[in-house]
Amino acid sequence: MRLPLMALLAKGPAHGYELKTALEKLFGAAYPQPNIGQIYVTLARLEKSGLIRGEDVTQSGRPNKRIYELTDAGREAVAAWFDEPSSEPRVRDEFFMKLALAPATGMADQVSLINKQRRHYLNLMRAMSRLAAGEDRDDTIAQLLIEGATLHLQADLDWLERCQEELE
Amino acid sequence: MRRAEPPPAAPHMLRVEGLVKTHRVDGGEVRAVRGVDLEVRPGEFVAVTGPSGAGKSTLLHLLGGLERPDQGRIWLDGQRVDQLSEARWAVLRRRGVGIVFQFFNLVSTLTVADNIELPALLAGRSPRQVRAARQELLAELGLTGKEDSTPADLSGGEQQRVALARALVNRPALLLADEPTGSLDSKGTREVLRLLTRCHERGQTILLVTHDAKVASAADRVISLFDGEVVDDITLDAAPYPSRPSRAAADVVKLQG
Repeated sequence: MRLPLMALLAKGPAHGYELKTALEKLFGAAYPQPNIGQIYVTLARLEKSGLIRGEDVTQSGRPNKRIYELTDAGREAVAAWFDEPSSEPRVRDEFFMKLALAPATGMADQVSLINKQRRHYLNLMRAMSRLAAGEDRDDTIAQLLIEGATLHLQADLDWLERCQEELE
Repeated sequence: MRRAEPPPAAPHMLRVEGLVKTHRVDGGEVRAVRGVDLEVRPGEFVAVTGPSGAGKSTLLHLLGGLERPDQGRIWLDGQRVDQLSEARWAVLRRRGVGIVFQFFNLVSTLTVADNIELPALLAGRSPRQVRAARQELLAELGLTGKEDSTPADLSGGEQQRVALARALVNRPALLLADEPTGSLDSKGTREVLRLLTRCHERGQTILLVTHDAKVASAADRVISLFDGEVVDDITLDAAPYPSRPSRAAADVVKLQG
């Protein structure tokens, strides 16, 4: 969550709760909501590494709140983040290990493994459809995130089919 | 609900026993369907998936009476149908079974409105009822305004939706559909899925063949066909829409900072 929080701060200073609200607004229910504790911990770490700077603001009748802003080093880190292509496409390593090792162990059948995995993906896909239906259709960012998840699942299912064709 | 408590002696909407179909091509034989048993209860929404060449379309053609099985028996709503004449099948397809094939088979000389209305008029419904049904279907499928077009004026995706509207105009108890979203973009797919879900909620039985996992996951039950045989038959989670889903999209795409 480090870089998204820093990227939100690139727009201007904010306190922890504002950042949480901004994340929620951007992603809707498609994103697992960060809890506020997680955000405060991350902000404290970022401050310690000199990527952001915090300043307490006194509030009458309420505890102080800490407003954070990006440091130059932080801004550079965000720029580098945008500059780099993002990490490799996801591969189902663990499932593939099971599939590869099943025959040697004699403890699992490849076709049952594939069937079980397919069932899991289809149920996830169903959850995605429900999620998409529940999100505001005009919330483009949330809809695109769900669309991405859906396409990944479709690819995983296609790949399962390939495994089945080759192994049966 | 319907699935949990079938009435004790309720006939199956569809029952298939030992279905076999072999195609003869270029002197060779392709065993497209190799002993399929299947039971579908009234009101079920079933998706059949599998790689191309698994026998999905052949199975659907057998169920819709477009091909005759080499072996095996088929009952539709309690009635044995595998030996019916083409004329009897035509009546059945007009009354109780709606079918959408990969090739849309629209009448090229008729308008969209006439293509959709024809089966309903043939079934003896009043023109006014039929027009209302057609208008409703076109609206649900995002095709309002295309009434007077001919199939040639439409995109593939539009033709596909018109074919679906035609299959649904008589509110068949059973809808058979072969890749009903095969030519559609994601918006068109969404509209078709919404319509199918509504049919399902109204109690219509749906059996569709699809390669699209999003479409398959809209069904309650997914049957996997492989090499002409059923290799898996699963019931998907029926949980109602969770207010805060534990599995968010970000878990699947591994979105993280």
